[in-house]
Amino acid sequence: MDLVEYQGKQYFERYGLPVPPGETADTVAEAEAAAERLGYPVVVKAQVQVGGRGKAGGVKVAYSRQEVAEHAGNILGMDIKGHVVRRLWIEAATDIAKEYYASFTLDRAAKLHLAMVSARGGVDIEQVVEEDPDAIARLHVNPLDGVTLQTLRELVDLAGLDLRAQEGAAEILAKLYDCYIEGDADLVEINPLVLTTDGQVRVLDAKVTLDDDAAFRHPEWAQIADLGQIDERERLAKSKGLQYIGLNGSVGIIANGAGLAMSTLDVVNQVGGAAANFLDIGGGADSDVMANALEVINTDPNVRVILVNIFGGIVRCDDIARGILAALERVDISSQIVLRLDGTNEAEARRIIAERSSEQILSEPTMLSAARRAVELAGTPGTPGRPGTLGTPGPRGGSSE
Amino acid sequence: MSIFVDENTRVVVQGLTGSQGRFHGLRNRDYGTKVVAGVTPGKGGQDVDGIPIFDSVAEAVVATGADASFIAVPPRGAPMAILDAAEAGIRLVVCITEHIPAKDEALVNARLRRDFPRTRLIGPNCPGLISPGKCNIGITSGDIALPGGPVGIVSRSGTLTYQALHELSQQSVGQTTCVGIGGDPVPGTSFVDVLAAFQDDPETRAVMMIGEIGGDGEERAADFIASSMDKPVVAYIAGVTAPEGRKMGHAGAIVSGSRGTAKAKMEALAAAGVLVAKNPTEAGELMVGLVRKL
Repeated sequence: MDLVEYQGKQYFERYGLPVPPGETADTVAEAEAAAERLGYPVVVKAQVQVGGRGKAGGVKVAYSRQEVAEHAGNILGMDIKGHVVRRLWIEAATDIAKEYYASFTLDRAAKLHLAMVSARGGVDIEQVVEEDPDAIARLHVNPLDGVTLQTLRELVDLAGLDLRAQEGAAEILAKLYDCYIEGDADLVEINPLVLTTDGQVRVLDAKVTLDDDAAFRHPEWAQIADLGQIDERERLAKSKGLQYIGLNGSVGIIANGAGLAMSTLDVVNQVGGAAANFLDIGGGADSDVMANALEVINTDPNVRVILVNIFGGIVRCDDIARGILAALERVDISSQIVLRLDGTNEAEARRIIAERSSEQILSEPTMLSAARRAVELAGTPGTPGRPGTLGTPGPRGGSSE
Repeated sequence: MSIFVDENTRVVVQGLTGSQGRFHGLRNRDYGTKVVAGVTPGKGGQDVDGIPIFDSVAEAVVATGADASFIAVPPRGAPMAILDAAEAGIRLVVCITEHIPAKDEALVNARLRRDFPRTRLIGPNCPGLISPGKCNIGITSGDIALPGGPVGIVSRSGTLTYQALHELSQQSVGQTTCVGIGGDPVPGTSFVDVLAAFQDDPETRAVMMIGEIGGDGEERAADFIASSMDKPVVAYIAGVTAPEGRKMGHAGAIVSGSRGTAKAKMEALAAAGVLVAKNPTEAGELMVGLVRKL
């Protein structure tokens, strides 16, 4: 789960990191009231999960109640790279002397935790990596050893932080490591970490990604509001235990296994189509899961045809076939279904589908031929893939494979 | 020959009394794998379809001579189960468990490296490995694999592993060993580890590698292939059309900014002399063509 800035700062506070005082606001009136309590100047900040808020006009300093109202009015409802601003963070302004960067994440290849610190903060760190990789000091941390204040002092010195910021920065890094480890975060990033004009080191932004797999030992996570831009269908899919990600195309995709689902998206794209979604029904799906998956995809108005790509292992193809028929009974599915089934109990599955002899279900022998068929059926604009409204039928059999 | 396992491998299933462990453990035995023991703390003395259950891996090793472990326990117990196996002297641990917290995986890997350097962990969150006709540990269907080689397969994804086996077996091209390294950010065994083993295995004459978006395991594999392999490699990478910033099912499959894209991985592999396929079917065709010329 990705936290927005204020949630990240609140998470940091649990571990004793020094963040400036602030309050959330969902309306102009709430923003004004928060600013009055905090005192001026304040910063009005859009709370969306996307970088480049400042450039887009989503971060403004206000010196009076009137300015707070003006900025809050402008920023609420603003669309920043497809993310609509619904919440603001009103924060006491900080006088900045210097901006730095600090983070902890996992170095997959080294199988160790990695601290990164740079004296070049406040800008896109990926850009710094490209322009001047030496500007970032790195420290690998073995989880069996953890960090010490001394190693962190050496790190901030290596990064070239100003001398008067070094002790404060090292202490913040020690707390940030605790937050990263005990807080089960995949990423904790402070950009910028600032030295104030009066010599304090403060956390001015927070980027935190929590490891969903660790939720069982963090009951407090249930209190964190999900402000992500996941749509209704993603919510519906999640509630049914399905891995669904909405996309913009017209070919609905159902596959078992993340790799096969991704691959199906790619193959649809290669034959000239575009997938409407990524949907993994998982390694142990039964007919009920399959029916749920069809139901979720059926709520997407962009879908013209549904491509079901299953390689049975633990998943039994006959279960998938029964699930499709059950879904057709249960819900009004208007799209045609192109079906590719291989693996466990595939013969039984073919028999079940053939028995039904539905024109709505078209079987194809391979992943590639199924993708071609689906893309062809999705192809004609304005013509939903319905039985009876088809143009030329797709290539049958595996002749070209 | 085969890598990591063979017909003499003796397997203990940790969690054999659970539904997953029972289903897959017995399936592995039906395939011909020597499944000699099960472990469930507190259930020692019982048996599952004739396979004796022990309270600890150490007891199972003493009683049965098990040298490989198949871990089918839930995410909260899996990290301890891995270390229990390593402590008992097990040299190969295959963990299929999905959704283990990343911090626990990092800790387990650090413990293995420091205290049990001779233990190899495959997974977590993987389909396991199969050496057709000899040994099957994990959830792969034995009937889609074909014994006799000459192809070694290494893959990050489960169903794409099955797809790869299927593409080759249908064309009568057999496999030496097929290893699913798993879709998590920190796999115990990497592409490079498996490629190195295939390079050293005289029966493996070509390697098929199935990667996906996220991380830099494929790029490291490309470096290794260029510097240390003379066997031909065919690769397929899933996720060309995956959107940035979204985890595509697997914890490790995510494109962050310019990092981890399928395109970058395909380019790195092509530059290392690997035949890079656009889809799994093409990967199968390229490999079949290649094997027929060997």
